[in-house]
Amino acid sequence: MGPPALSPFSAGICGLLMLLIPFSYAGLALMNSGLGRSRSAVHSLMASLTVIGVATLVFVICGSALQGFPGRAAFAIAVSGKPWNWIGSGRLFFGGLDFDSGSRPALAACFGMFAAALTAVIPLGAGEERWRLGAAAASTAVLAGWIYPLFAHWIWGGGWLAELGFVDAGGAGAIQVVGGLSALSVSWLLGPRRGKFSADGMPIALPGHNAVFVTFGAFLALVGWFGVNSSGAILFYGAAPARTALIAVNTLLSAASALLAAALVTRTRFGKPDASLSVNGWTAGLAASSAGAAFQVPAEALIVGLVAGALVTLSIEWLELHLKIDDPGGSISVHAVGGLWGLIAASFLGRFPGAAESQWTAQLVGIATLVGFMFPMIYGLNWILNRITPFRVALDGERQGMDLHELGANAYPELISHLEDFSQR
Amino acid sequence: MKLAGFLLLLSGWVIVLAAIALLPAGFARGAFLMAGVCVEALGLGLVVRAHMPEPPGRQEQR
Repeated sequence: MGPPALSPFSAGICGLLMLLIPFSYAGLALMNSGLGRSRSAVHSLMASLTVIGVATLVFVICGSALQGFPGRAAFAIAVSGKPWNWIGSGRLFFGGLDFDSGSRPALAACFGMFAAALTAVIPLGAGEERWRLGAAAASTAVLAGWIYPLFAHWIWGGGWLAELGFVDAGGAGAIQVVGGLSALSVSWLLGPRRGKFSADGMPIALPGHNAVFVTFGAFLALVGWFGVNSSGAILFYGAAPARTALIAVNTLLSAASALLAAALVTRTRFGKPDASLSVNGWTAGLAASSAGAAFQVPAEALIVGLVAGALVTLSIEWLELHLKIDDPGGSISVHAVGGLWGLIAASFLGRFPGAAESQWTAQLVGIATLVGFMFPMIYGLNWILNRITPFRVALDGERQGMDLHELGANAYPELISHLEDFSQR
Repeated sequence: MKLAGFLLLLSGWVIVLAAIALLPAGFARGAFLMAGVCVEALGLGLVVRAHMPEPPGRQEQR
C-alpha cells in the first residue's frame, strides 16, 4: 500500500513549490558559465539547456516508469525471506498517472522530471570547456533514463533503502551525490584542460570570465533549492505544507553559514575572501541542506552549513593540487562532498518521521551504496559512452574555444580571443 | 589498478548488503558494515591513484 493521497491544498502547494526548481538550473548554469573562460561561455549555457531538454525527454519516456512510487508496480527479489524492491515497473510516458486529483505518484513523477534535469546540469561544471555537446547529451540520456531513476526508486519509490529507513528528503543523495559522482567520472574521462597543469604537475589558475554570473547564480540557486527541499519533504516524507517555512529557514541558514565559513577559511589562508570559493561554499551548503532541512532545527542546519562551507574549500584545493583533477565549476566538491556530508549529518542531526531504529546504519548503507555501487556504475557507463562517442573535443576546439568550434559563434564577438593564455604542452 | 579499485568498491558494497541482509542488528552487523566501508575506501584509494598522472621524474626515467 502506498501513502495516502495529498489534500488538494497540499497538492497545490507542492506543485507550486516544484515550479521553483528550474531556478536551480538557471543558478548552476550561470555559475558554470561564469567559472569558465569567455571563449566557451555560450556553449556552457547551451549545454545546460541541452541536457535539461534531454533529461526531461528521457525521464518522461522511461525514467519515471523505473523510478515508480510506493505501492505501485515494481520488481522485487527475495533474499533470506525478505523482499528487496529494486526497480519500478511502471508505464512509459507517464502512463497511468492521474494528474487531476493531486495523487502522490503523479506529483512524484513531475518532481522526478525536474530533479533528473537538475542532476544532469551538475556534471557540466566538471566538463567545462572540453566536453562535446553531443557527448554530454548522450551521457545525460543514460543518467536520466537509468542512473537517477534507479537510486530515486531505492529511496523514494518504495525501494530497499527506503525500507531500511534511509532519509534524503531533498535529494542530497539522489540528485547532488549522483550528479557529483557523474562529474568526477566525466572529469577523469576527459582529463584536464590544456594548460591547466604545468610540466611539473603544478596547477595553473585559469580564472573564470564573469564573477557576476557566478554570484548571481548563487541567488537563483537558493530559490530553486527552496523548491526542491520543500516539495521533496511534502511528497516523500509527509511533511505538512506549513513546514515549508522551517525548510526555507534551514535551507537559507545552511547556505549562509557555508558561505561565511568558506569566506573565513579563504580569508585566513589567502588574506582576502575568495569570491568563487565562497560561492562554491554557498552551493555546498545548499547541497548539504537537502538531506534533512525539513527535519532539523535551525541550529542544526547552521552546523550542517558551517562544516559544508569549510569542507568544500579544502576539498577543491585538495582535488586540484594533490589529485590533479580539473573541475572548473567545483561540481565534485560542491555536490558530491557537500551532499555526502549532508547525508552523514542527517544520521545524527534531526528528528525524522518513522525513522529507523538506528538512523546511522541506514545512512551508512545509503552512502556505501552511492560510493560502492552507483559510482562504479556511473563511471562504467560513461567509460563505454566515451568509447562510442569520444567525450573530449578536438585540440583545435580547445584552442578556438567551444563557442566557435561547436556553435559557430562567440558569446562576446567584439572581444579578441586571448590565445596567449593557451599554453601548449 | 583501476579495475581492481572498482572491483574493491563493489566488493565493499556487497559486504555491506550481506551484513544487513543476513545479520541481525547488533555488534556483528555494525562490524561487518564498517568492514565493507573500509573495503570501499581501499577501492576508492586505488581508483584515485590509478587516475593520477605519473610524476615527471618517473616519466623521464622511462
